[in-house]
Amino acid sequence: MLKQIEGSYAVAQVVAHCRPNVISAYPITPQTHIVEGLADLVGEGQLQAEFVNVESEFSAASVVLGASAAGARAYTATTSQGLLLMSEVIYCIAGMRLPIVLTCANRAISAPLSIWNDQQDSMAVRDAGWIQLHAEDNQEASDLHIQAFKIAEQTFLPTMVCMDGFILTHAFEPVDIPEQKEVDDFLPTFKPRHIVDPRWPRGIGLFADPRFYMETRYILHRALEKSEETIKEVSADFAKVFGRESGGFIKTYKLEEADVAIVSMGSVVGTIKELIDQLEEEGKKVGLLQICCYRPFPRHEVYRALKDKMNIVVLEKCISLGRGGILASDVRWSFPRAEKKDRNISSFVAGLGGRNISIDDLQYMVEKVEKEPVEFEFLGLRKELIAERDM
Amino acid sequence: MEKSKYLEGVEKKDLFAHGHRACGGCGQALAARLVADAAGENTIACVATGCLEVFSSPYPDPAWRIPFLHSLFENAAAVASGVEAAYKALGKGPVNIIAQGGDGSTADIGFQSISGMFERGHNVLYVCYDNEAYMNTGVQRSSFTPYGARTTTTPMGNRTRKKNMPMIAADHGIPYVATATVDDFRDLQKKVQKALAIEGPKYVHILAPCPLGWGHHGELTVEVCRLAKDTGLFPIYEIVDGKITNVRKIPVKVPVEEYLKVQGRFKHLFKRGVPSEEVAEIQEIANQNIERFNL
Repeated sequence: MLKQIEGSYAVAQVVAHCRPNVISAYPITPQTHIVEGLADLVGEGQLQAEFVNVESEFSAASVVLGASAAGARAYTATTSQGLLLMSEVIYCIAGMRLPIVLTCANRAISAPLSIWNDQQDSMAVRDAGWIQLHAEDNQEASDLHIQAFKIAEQTFLPTMVCMDGFILTHAFEPVDIPEQKEVDDFLPTFKPRHIVDPRWPRGIGLFADPRFYMETRYILHRALEKSEETIKEVSADFAKVFGRESGGFIKTYKLEEADVAIVSMGSVVGTIKELIDQLEEEGKKVGLLQICCYRPFPRHEVYRALKDKMNIVVLEKCISLGRGGILASDVRWSFPRAEKKDRNISSFVAGLGGRNISIDDLQYMVEKVEKEPVEFEFLGLRKELIAERDM
Repeated sequence: MEKSKYLEGVEKKDLFAHGHRACGGCGQALAARLVADAAGENTIACVATGCLEVFSSPYPDPAWRIPFLHSLFENAAAVASGVEAAYKALGKGPVNIIAQGGDGSTADIGFQSISGMFERGHNVLYVCYDNEAYMNTGVQRSSFTPYGARTTTTPMGNRTRKKNMPMIAADHGIPYVATATVDDFRDLQKKVQKALAIEGPKYVHILAPCPLGWGHHGELTVEVCRLAKDTGLFPIYEIVDGKITNVRKIPVKVPVEEYLKVQGRFKHLFKRGVPSEEVAEIQEIANQNIERFNL
């Protein structure tokens, strides 16, 4: 049933339907409404779970680590500084193959302090060994959580659902929240693999000397690559059961005929699609490749979808300072060396710290790359604020 | 030595088994074994990164015969909180959950997560193995390093007094706090068992000499503990529901010099056998303890 609801509360309700045993979180804007929603559901007795109010994100991540290692389905949510404070534990969780689900309400990183949206936070932990799924809208954000638990528990890889802070978390949209029974039918009970239990004493988290460490990294890397099948399967199953497409590896919009292909992820794809429709009326053929799963990176899908496109532009809300576009690098890497020649792959960073990305900005971007490729550019910069002496 | 008398009533189950890689005379290895054997098979150990973790859990041969969980340096108390929450949520247990760490992971880097665990009231016992410096990384100063002690980062001797963790723990309002050393096996094990029988967060602080970092002979580990107690530098007591109790009376009070002289880390305090003024300061610390706890 469609419900007019704030994104955070939709996610809270859906997560509750996934029946996590242990939830632990620390408040940080714009994640707060998600955990407040869950606290209400636990408080009202609608969700039987231990809700552990901790003293930091570091402990939130550590609590869910412990809970998962003891066999519980465990969930946490955070953003920005919170995710960075967790980062040490984030790596551990992946290394220990604990299938924890985390919501990242994407937000910029200090300094300067900004509570507004971009995607620098999840990017900062992209190499940690987590699956990262990016939501386009609140329906998808909700749906991805149901899938995330299933994917994580089938692959023993922790899974992060990324949704743009404020733009999604605080937006009211109609969302179809599945019934409890539907979720129960889709998501089987968690069957842990290795747990701390005195009945079967074993060590979890042993240290590995140089004879063993590299193999653990190789196995984790391969497990992430192999999770591709599970991610696709779960998303296809979801579509079959719930009657709508959500998640998967990539999505496209009017890409086949397009002369210019825009690659992006997260909520900005909504604006991009609007632009594409507008330009279509003017007779311009622009298409979209949406990255739904950022890790593992859908290299082959990206290549297949873009192999006939000679004019590609990557738009992202994050930057590798001193290097440039991060997603752009991933997209460039998706092409075999020989096929990179004569192909224009432009890179734009936009929307940092909550800067609005308007249709006009996007139109400027498309018009610019139609003329010439752009190595790297900040979109929507206020040049009047920048002085040469500051750089 | 009369083995039977000394070990009388001491639980020995080898749950922390031989074959670990601790140095000879390691106080922490001895303490960890006494703790595991006192707690028994129905126990989960959540261990912080540090000497104990490193010498007892190399893949593929850990020394633990009880479930062992390690992830990071500063989160053993939070991880244990998570294990406890999982057991509650899944309706499993009862089980003993013991978070364990050295002084660095207890008093410094993990201080916040321990405070959180205490304040939230988890049914977890936290055991601190106090060897008064960062031994695993090569004897650097921690906030448990005592006044006057030389470490690699206090080459002229430490200028601050030791952080009083048992009192800080007690001020969280937790039901049980105790101090112990590895020279009295029965007392140590009794305190662990007493703690585990109490619902809620518990804290047991164990003085665990490090022959390498303290600069004493391995066979003196037990003797050094006895001197720490008998000088008044390490008072032995319990705090039950906020009240100090079961204070160990010192039979014959010993001047701190005797404790200091057997350890290399205090050697610089004696020039040609003559004690410096720091020794007087350390004696003052012992006197204050003696007065405060009526030792």
